[in-house]
Amino acid sequence: MAIEVKVTANFAKLIGGDRSTRAEGSTIGEVLDDLDERHPGFKRNVVAEGRIHRFVNVYLNDEDVRFLQQLDTPISEGDVVSVLPALAGGA
Amino acid sequence: MAFASILDAVGNTPLVHLTRFSPKPGVEIYAKLEGQNPTGSVKDRIALYMLRAAEESGELTPDKTILEPTSGNTGISLAMVARAKGYRLLCVLPDIVTPEREQLLRAFGAEVMYATGARSTNDAIFKAQKMAEAEPDRYFMPYQYGNENNPRAHYETTGPEILGDLAQVDVFVAGLGTGGTLTGVGRYLKENSAETKVVAAVPHPGDLVQGLRDLGEGFIPPVLDESVLDGRVVVDSLSSFAMVKELMEKEAIFAGISSGAVLKVAVRAAQRLESGNVVALLADGGWKYLSTGLWSKDYGAMKEEEVQGTVWW
Repeated sequence: MAIEVKVTANFAKLIGGDRSTRAEGSTIGEVLDDLDERHPGFKRNVVAEGRIHRFVNVYLNDEDVRFLQQLDTPISEGDVVSVLPALAGGA
Repeated sequence: MAFASILDAVGNTPLVHLTRFSPKPGVEIYAKLEGQNPTGSVKDRIALYMLRAAEESGELTPDKTILEPTSGNTGISLAMVARAKGYRLLCVLPDIVTPEREQLLRAFGAEVMYATGARSTNDAIFKAQKMAEAEPDRYFMPYQYGNENNPRAHYETTGPEILGDLAQVDVFVAGLGTGGTLTGVGRYLKENSAETKVVAAVPHPGDLVQGLRDLGEGFIPPVLDESVLDGRVVVDSLSSFAMVKELMEKEAIFAGISSGAVLKVAVRAAQRLESGNVVALLADGGWKYLSTGLWSKDYGAMKEEEVQGTVWW
């Protein structure tokens, strides 16, 4: 199953320059593996020691997968995965 | 209600039942209207706590200038407290703040400095940290992102106020900026009921991350205790606008943009409950966002890229 993966500008260079691509997989982990096969080095920017990097948030549609089933979070047809950096908000 | 000073008028904000947002009988959403604080935002609470604690510890003395990186609300709150107590304040702003905020800061007597090329709050933080490190005798930096008095203000005031008004809170939703509100209120609510879920609404970083060169520059505020969170939901600007307008149309509440994101997440949480109460903390009113034209333009026709680059939080 192919789903859409969206990234911000700073991650785009890791997947060939576009901010949106498609990837195969039935879990978040499989999608990241698939992207890493086509764009070697992508995954080590997102996952460290088997867990999502502290400074990266991976969202399934709009929910942080850390609070779902992390890398094992299942994916359904039509889902969108977003890979976004953790940034200071606040006012 | 009579108060000895404006500082005593901070907090004790209203909790309003959003009857028209209830998804089904037995599931209710309540809004904590932090825009009712003296300068119009939740940040009055932490400004008061941080400066009072620094006076007590001796870190803040009359010869020092208070220095803080801020995109607005915290600066305005610090400016109010600094004015009332007689301190100088210098705010370091990213160059993406709405004009109302700079005008308010100056009205309260604060000095304003732009962090050159600072397209995000991250850059303003690094700039202010360098200045404070270079001249520690000249500046006192409250540093809301790392000051324990930030979550403490919410643990001691906001949390108890909510439970004083509503016996049972099943889900608490607030925006994630410094993490102070979520950490302080979340801890208090969970200590009172381990069943309470705490969910963060975060803004979509959009193009603001262009200035981020590598992940080493990512940032997690030290005051954020991620263990209190049960969920984090990202909300784009247009969805936030849509909800701010819906809040006005349905409940006649004039809230700031981040409140739209928070309410969107609260409504989703409510839809998933069988029964129970959801509390959404609305950090400010809409006043400081009037220059965006949100209430007079058709936001549906606005494009995401036109609205990115303005700080909503």
